[in-house]
Amino acid sequence: MANINNKELIFGLYDDEEDLLRAVRTAVDDHMDIYDVYSPFPVHGLDPLLKLEESRLHQAGFIYGAIGTLTAFLGMTWIFTKDWPNIFGGKPYWSVPAFIPITFETTVLFSAIGMTVTFYVINGLGPGVVNTYLDDRITDDKFCIAFDKSSVSTERAELFFRTTGASEVNSKTI
Amino acid sequence: MSAVVSPLRKPLIKGHKTYHQITEDLISPTEKTPNVEWVIGFIISVAVLTFGMFCILWTIWVGIGSWNVNRTINWSWDITNFVWWIGIGHAGTLISAILLLFRQKWRTGVNRAAEAMTIFAVMCAGLFPLIHMGRIWLAMFIMPYPNTRGPLWPNFNSPLLWDVFAISTYLTVSLLFWYTGLVPDFATVRDRAKGLRKKIYNTLSFGWTGSAKHWQRWESLSLVLAGLSTPLVLSVHTIVSFDFATSVIPGWHTTIFPPYFVAGAIFSGFAMVLTLMIITRKVLHLEDYITVEHIESMNKVILLTGTIVGVAYLTELFIAWYSGYVYEQFAFFNRALGPYWWAYFGMMFCNVVSPQFFWKKSWRRNITLTFFLSIVVNIGMWFERFVIIATTLARDYLPSSWSLYSPSWVEIGIYAGTFGLFFTCFLIFVRVAPVVAVAEIKAILKTSGEQYIGENAVPRQQHAGHSDKH
Repeated sequence: MANINNKELIFGLYDDEEDLLRAVRTAVDDHMDIYDVYSPFPVHGLDPLLKLEESRLHQAGFIYGAIGTLTAFLGMTWIFTKDWPNIFGGKPYWSVPAFIPITFETTVLFSAIGMTVTFYVINGLGPGVVNTYLDDRITDDKFCIAFDKSSVSTERAELFFRTTGASEVNSKTI
Repeated sequence: MSAVVSPLRKPLIKGHKTYHQITEDLISPTEKTPNVEWVIGFIISVAVLTFGMFCILWTIWVGIGSWNVNRTINWSWDITNFVWWIGIGHAGTLISAILLLFRQKWRTGVNRAAEAMTIFAVMCAGLFPLIHMGRIWLAMFIMPYPNTRGPLWPNFNSPLLWDVFAISTYLTVSLLFWYTGLVPDFATVRDRAKGLRKKIYNTLSFGWTGSAKHWQRWESLSLVLAGLSTPLVLSVHTIVSFDFATSVIPGWHTTIFPPYFVAGAIFSGFAMVLTLMIITRKVLHLEDYITVEHIESMNKVILLTGTIVGVAYLTELFIAWYSGYVYEQFAFFNRALGPYWWAYFGMMFCNVVSPQFFWKKSWRRNITLTFFLSIVVNIGMWFERFVIIATTLARDYLPSSWSLYSPSWVEIGIYAGTFGLFFTCFLIFVRVAPVVAVAEIKAILKTSGEQYIGENAVPRQQHAGHSDKH
């Protein structure tokens, strides 16, 4: 999925996500090694067919959030008990209930930023990234299955695309 | 993709759209030369923004003395406008986050624009506390960082500092959520563009390919961000209400404030979304995507939150009487029958009476009435904040310090300027990005498109036959 240079891909374009799902199912049944599937919107039911594991982004989000919680709470604790102990309105230095709002906000902030940055980094996306796009219509109305020619022969792929109802078949080096 | 859909559901996408037609309809407004209405709107917005900037510079140059705030009424239009704008910002996150968690499909028609509105509204809101500091060049003192001023830290026990954290977190998370949703749509714009435009949109789309794994992570990220934004959006206006509720001023010191403020915020936010979307759908011809069903759903939210706000007003009055506490009783007597009685009754009419029209289905679906009432609601919500802030302060403990307040031209100019900022940003946004989330609309086409559900649905077999032809 990442941008590995000089891969010869053969890909077929489908007009509907139901055709795509049927084709992916056929490819999986025939033990054809799918390089990647591209679509203009998330197609549900595709992940189990492609054996994509559930994303662990939310686990990363939890860890970032926990770091945020600790940063805020321990930071305020240190500041108000060691670095700058002050009495505000007769409250104790370590006034835990008053720390809750900031602790909560920092948790959310760290988790959201951390997860979003992780999302772009692991996907290899970001400002200035130029990927090779197989077809301009994949972000419009075409659904694409791509095979790496080194693992699936051109003839086999063409036959597959013909029998599963692909509307177009093309090759591209990425 | 054919999930079970209730036959009672009305289609959310009108016309027999194909995926390509959706792309065409939603992306083309960013590709065409702007129309006359847009140009006129933009010129007016920039002019008003320029005047607002002048008034802000005037405030910074002359000082807060150029406003009519005084020692008694030390918060007035500034904080009223701040709370009002923050409230407006709440609808975006509610639509995109809470409705996502509740699997409300109608959110897809309006979420993009509502999120954009959130961001612009929070920017407008953030201006007011900053310039109200008086010495804006010391604004970095509110940020907690190790420094050579002592060390000197902000007061973490203060609701005003909680607000700094809440609002900056809210702005950041809303921005991330909004932009991540935009990335696939920017890729669609990119793939239709040529030359320099393609390069620009390639940068904006972060090199999005539409790979299955990316979509999977994208959905996971959207869901978790929605889960995080839901308590966040509730916390933001709760913390704004703490600015008042943790004080010892009668009329402010009430435990009902957090839920009451949150309901009011959603109420005004939806009203602003309706005002904007009714204009946008007309100007950009998006009637097939922002349908009367969408408007009706939003009117239901307005009716609910407006009624919650109404109950809160009455509860406040009851508790003031029931408490037997003379200062609290006086505060509310003064609110309703004191020098600012007109603001109180304006608020009551706009916020409590006007949404009740929406009990009637045909009125909920009446676009002219909805447009009119959405503006009335926003006027009412502005009055609410003015009533809470200025009229409460006008009559404090010492009759010798009682005071009255009316805004100076500088305060009016700054408020007008925030409208200029808001509409300038919004008008640029409708030119640069698709106003309706393209990928999300495509994802619900088969469960909510007119040819698949509702009275005009074509039987399922024909569609299957159609796609099998290839």
